[in-house]
Formats: sequence, structure tokens, C-alpha cells
Amino acid sequence: MLKTEPYVLNMGPQHPSTHGVFRMELLLDGETVVDMRPIMGYLHRGIEKLSEERSYTQCIPFTDRMDYLSSMTGNLSLCLAIEKLAGIEVSERAKYLRVIMAELQRIASHLFGVGTFIDDCGASGTPFLYMLREREKLIDLFEMASGARLTYSYIRPGGVMRDVPDEFWPAVRRFVAEMPRYIDEYEQLLTGNEILRARTIGVGILPREQAINASASGPVLRGSGVKWDLRKADPYCVYDRFDFDIPTGKQGDAFDRYFVRVQEMRQSVRILEQAIRDIPSGDPLPKVALFFHPPAGDAYGRSETPRGELGFYLVSDGSIAPYRFKIRSPSFINITALCDMVVGWRIADAVAITGSIDIVMGEVDR
Amino acid sequence: MDWRDFYIYHLGKVNESVRSWLSAHAAGWTAYVVPAILGAILLLVFLLPSQLMVVWIERRLIARFQIRRGPNRVGPWGLLQSIVDAIKLLSKEAIMPRYADKWPYLAAPVVGFIPAILVYAVIPFGPDLAFADLNIGLLYLVAIGSYSVISVFMAGWASSNKYALISAMRSVAVLVSYEIPNVLALVGVILLAGSLSLTDIVRAQSSGSFTWFITVQPLAFLIFFITASAEVNRTPVDLIEAEQEIVAGHHTEYSGMKFGLFYVAEYTSILAACAVMSTLFFGGWHGIPWLERYIPPWIWFIAKIYIFFAVFIWTRATLPRLRIDQLMAFAWKFLIPLSLLNILVTAVEVLLIDNTTLAPAVWMTLLAVVNYALAALLIVAWSRAFRMPRRRSADIPEVRRLGALPAETPSY
Repeated sequence: MLKTEPYVLNMGPQHPSTHGVFRMELLLDGETVVDMRPIMGYLHRGIEKLSEERSYTQCIPFTDRMDYLSSMTGNLSLCLAIEKLAGIEVSERAKYLRVIMAELQRIASHLFGVGTFIDDCGASGTPFLYMLREREKLIDLFEMASGARLTYSYIRPGGVMRDVPDEFWPAVRRFVAEMPRYIDEYEQLLTGNEILRARTIGVGILPREQAINASASGPVLRGSGVKWDLRKADPYCVYDRFDFDIPTGKQGDAFDRYFVRVQEMRQSVRILEQAIRDIPSGDPLPKVALFFHPPAGDAYGRSETPRGELGFYLVSDGSIAPYRFKIRSPSFINITALCDMVVGWRIADAVAITGSIDIVMGEVDR
Repeated sequence: MDWRDFYIYHLGKVNESVRSWLSAHAAGWTAYVVPAILGAILLLVFLLPSQLMVVWIERRLIARFQIRRGPNRVGPWGLLQSIVDAIKLLSKEAIMPRYADKWPYLAAPVVGFIPAILVYAVIPFGPDLAFADLNIGLLYLVAIGSYSVISVFMAGWASSNKYALISAMRSVAVLVSYEIPNVLALVGVILLAGSLSLTDIVRAQSSGSFTWFITVQPLAFLIFFITASAEVNRTPVDLIEAEQEIVAGHHTEYSGMKFGLFYVAEYTSILAACAVMSTLFFGGWHGIPWLERYIPPWIWFIAKIYIFFAVFIWTRATLPRLRIDQLMAFAWKFLIPLSLLNILVTAVEVLLIDNTTLAPAVWMTLLAVVNYALAALLIVAWSRAFRMPRRRSADIPEVRRLGALPAETPSY
């Protein structure tokens, strides 16, 4: 028997499939992963510290730049925290607009997440670009509402930046009507694909207990079969008025995480249908000044972003800026469970499993 | 007007005329050398523009699959894009890693390119239009075709890059295992044609005696298609240069025209695989009977090559990639047994053909129906019996025992 020994492969930060600047230090035995260490920090910008120098409203653009694939939900999480801290009331129409934007954003982000995941499984970009086709429509919708295509800063403490224009409603209705057909199209191409199933079913299993212990959230947690979604568990905005289900996976493998995302897109369409139907008229603009002094104290605001629970813990000393600005980012916490998932699998699986967690490095490193 | 009287229809006659003229009017050796050079030039005239066209077609077609437009800026419909890319590659700096093994590193692209071109020597583009009509043409083709693994291994080893080394290991594993079903799939055709010469195989498929072999060898064609795509590195089995996993595989560390030569070699062997498929299974230079007198055979043949290339692009645009262990299992558990069964069935059929009194048309139709049904049955039965290996990671405690990363991350 030939004597062999494991070797270290440094995958990233420059690598085609590390979602930006994620770095994996892999110890490999041939192609099998023996040990793995995630190395973060290449995109660290010090957002927490920067925010402590700025007024609460000025912190919102930072949340755009954390999870740049779902800026709206980032805005929403921070605004929920600020409103809790300062006791700001939000009008009914603004709450509905927030739900509409968050759900549109969830679809957009899942489209991107599933698309890159399939690319990580080795598809040459076709499913990804089909998904970008629909994401483009969503970005057009966001552009109508906020004027920006990626960094919206649309949701503000006390409401939203401005009411959506008139042409938004026919466009969003058309999108909601078309979307289920497009999701069917993706599923036709992917869900039954024998190669994709062989590559993902049973691969990278995160057992239920381990997912909970790792404090995972979002599709990673739900893929492991835990029915936990902040929209149901701790309803914010007006989520308690809508009728929707929480899709969960069976065994917590890469395929389950993919499938949960696809199902969540369908549920988001359901929420959107109801929200568009029920939205009241009124003034969604914030009733507070741009600069305000919340009372001394602390508050934790959270919402269910496409990647999981994004929470902001704010401590106020009564001044114009937060005294402490702590971010609980779902990508960062989900990626810590990666090591347990990839050991024993091949290099190709390590890439696919990383893709199935759907990380955004802007949020991991902050 | 009957085109068949003109040289443009029978390009092969040009060579023949030159040869006879030279043997009558010049020194004896020129009759061998001049037609050989002429043939080599003719091959390059086909191959080099084809390279550029094929890259353009692939990019445009893949763009259509992906609802994009593809290159459309340089020249009409972006036709000049490949030329511009080639110029760019030629003008780029040739970087060599400091710890590269110099001679293998420099030789690898050339070593990869030569066998890719040599394959074309035996491919008949039309009647009398093969550069060398060897009587062991198919054997030559298989032998030369498998040389590409040496280039990949040289490049992977010499680059002193771990991704390239993984790719080299994969190439040896994959190409060696896929060579077996690849060759076994050809045996059915050889049995039916009764010859190893590619020209004879095409003649056996002329509408006079036999039809195209795809009608009686569906299983062999399918196996050959899959193995050929593994050998020329096309998705879903392009593990040697799996971009998402090992960056660019063996040519990660190559730049400039050295990198370009890998690409040229790859596309040359893809075209060769297409040519072999059309020769063996789709009647070579034969066309649709009532159109055959208007369109020269070599155009039929080239058209078939391009159609097969489009099929390769189609699979590439659609499918994700298999994992290395799945790919190997697929070759050994699925393709090899099926190709062996195919040889058995074909051998029995050839025995029956020799002893039948039925009219060939009736007999061939019968065989076609039987073979298609059998192929479908075998594929379904085999895939039921041996499912793709799923949920099978290595034994984790065992793997953990092999080692662990040092606790401290070295600072870079």
C-alpha cells in the first residue's frame, strides 16, 4: 500500500465559486475533505463601529451594503429595531408596503440564491440566467419604488421613503400573476433532474439538533425540518394577517435547502397576492424627524430575511447616535455549521454545500 | 445540372488527378509528397476556420439558451469575435509559475494539440477524401485519441498548482475508465461493417445495402456519445476542468497562446468526436438520397459535424455536472456492462444476417425495432438495478482520523 498523506488546499478568497471572498481551508485526502476551516473577514468594513458614529437614519444605507442581495429586508430589520427603541408608530399602508417589498425581495434573493447554487453544482449558467430574468423584473419594481436598483434604503424609521408610484401596481400584479408559471419552469428544469438529485440528495446533511445548536436560521434551519419562521413565530409588520405556510425539508441535505427556497418563493407569491389585495390607502411617510433622540435603553429588532434571522441589537444613551450597534447576521451564523456538513464529502460537494447555504459575504463580514 | 461531374463535388478526385499527373510527368517521390502536403493543407483549411466558427457558434448558441445575445459587437453578428480573441491571446504575456517543471510545462499544450489534429488523418470527408485511408483506421483513431490524457497530466503536474494536480488525477481516472466503454461501443459497428477502415464503414452505410448504423446501434451510439463527451471534457462530465471546483483544472496556470492552444486542442477533439459519430453512426458523407446529387458529400459530412457540435452545446447548456465518484461508477457499472451486452446482441444479429433469406429492407427494419426496444429495456432495467450512488459520504470518524488542520492559521 502506497503511503499517502492529506494535503491542504486553500480555496478562496479568489475562486470561481466562493461567493465573493469566502475562504475555505480544506484538508484533503485525495478528493475527500478531511477537515475544513472557514476563514472570514476579507470584506470587513467595520459597519458596527461606523454606525455608532452616525444618526439612526444614517445607518440605513449600511444595511443595504451588508446583504446586498436583499437590501429591503436589511432595511426592514434595522427599522424594526429603531422603532422599538424609539417607540415610533408606523401607518397601516407603510406596514403593507413593507411586507410587499420584503416578499418581493425574498423572491429576488431566492432566485439568485438558487441560481448560484445550481451553478455551484456545475450547470453552465442556464438556470441562473433564467432566474435573473425574473429578478430583473423585481429590480425594475424596486427601482420604481426607490429609484435604486440594488441599494434601496427604501424603508425608513416610521414608514417608507415615499409611496410607490401609480405604475408600480399594474407591474407588480403582472409579476405576481406570472411568477408561479416561472417557478414551475425552474422546477421542470431542476427538481426532477437526475444529475442534480444525485449531486444533492443526502449530501451535506445538517441534522435537526445540530442546526438548532448551531443557531442556524432561515432555509438552512427549515431545510433541516425545524418549522421556525419569524413571520409566524414573532410576527412583525402585518404578517399575522396573511395566510401562508412554512415549507420545511425532511433530512436537511442540500436538496432540501434548495427545495425549501423554491417553495418559499411560492409562499411569497401567496403573501403578495393577499397584501396587494388588502393594502389600505393612507400616508406611508414617516412622521418623525430625520434626526431624533431615542430614550436611553436597548432594543432588539429582527425580521426573517431570505437568509434567516437578521437582528439588530441597539443600545441608546439618549444621544442622536446608537451607543452600541450589534448585528446578528444569518449568513455568518449559518456558515459556521459548514464544517460539520462538508467533512467526508468530495471537493465538488464542498462547493455545492457552500452554495446551498446561500451566503452573502457582505453580511458575513459586515 | 449534375454536380457529380465536377471536382467541387468529388474533392477527392483532385488529389487523385494530381497524383496521376505527377507520377507520369515528374520524379516518382513527388507523387507521394505533393498530394500529402495538399491534403494536409486542405485539412488545415477546414480545421482552423472551423475553430473560429465553432467558438463563435458555441458562444452564440449558449447565449440563446441562456436568453442572452452573445458576442455581437465585432464584425457582423460578432463573427470576428474569435479572431479578435485569438489576437488578444497571442499578444498576452506568457507567464510561467516560478516552481513549474519547465519542459513538461512548455510541452503540454503542444502534446495536447498534435494528437487532436492527427485524428483527422483517417476521417473520410467524402469518397476518396481521407488523408490516409488506413485499413485499421478505427484502431488508429482510438489509439491517437487517448493520447490527450498525457498532455493533461503533463500540464497538471508541471504547473505546481494543486487544482491542476487534482485535475491531472481526475483526467487519468476518467479518461482511462471512459476509454473502455468508448472502444467497446465501437465494436458493434465494426461487427456490422466487417471492417476497421472508416471509408469501408461509411460505404457499408450507403443506402444501397445497409442504412445508417444509428438505426441498428442506438445503444452503442448513446454510449459512444456519453463517453466521447467525457473524453473531450464537455459538461455534464467535464470534471477535468470543472470550473466551480478546480478553477480551470490543468490549464489554470497557463496564459496567452499556451492557454489558447489548450482551447484549440479541446475544440479540435470535440470536432473530431463529432466527425467520428457521424462517420460511424450517421452515414458519414452520405446525405438524404434525393438531395445527394445536388450537395457534395463533403458538405454533408461537415454539416453533420456541426449538428453534433450543436448537440454538445445543448447538453452543456442544460445539465449540471456529475461528481467524480458518480462519474466513475457510471462508467464501470453502467456503460461497460451495457456496451458488452451490445456487442453480444450485435454479434448474434450479424450471425443471423448472414443466414437470413429475408429482403435486406425488411430485415433491417426488424432489427431496428428489436434493437431500439432492447436498448430502452436495458437502460431502464440497468438503471433500476444499479441506482446512482446517493447519500454515501466517506466514513466520517475514519476520515477524521486522517488528520486535522493546525489550530493556528498561518498568517499570509
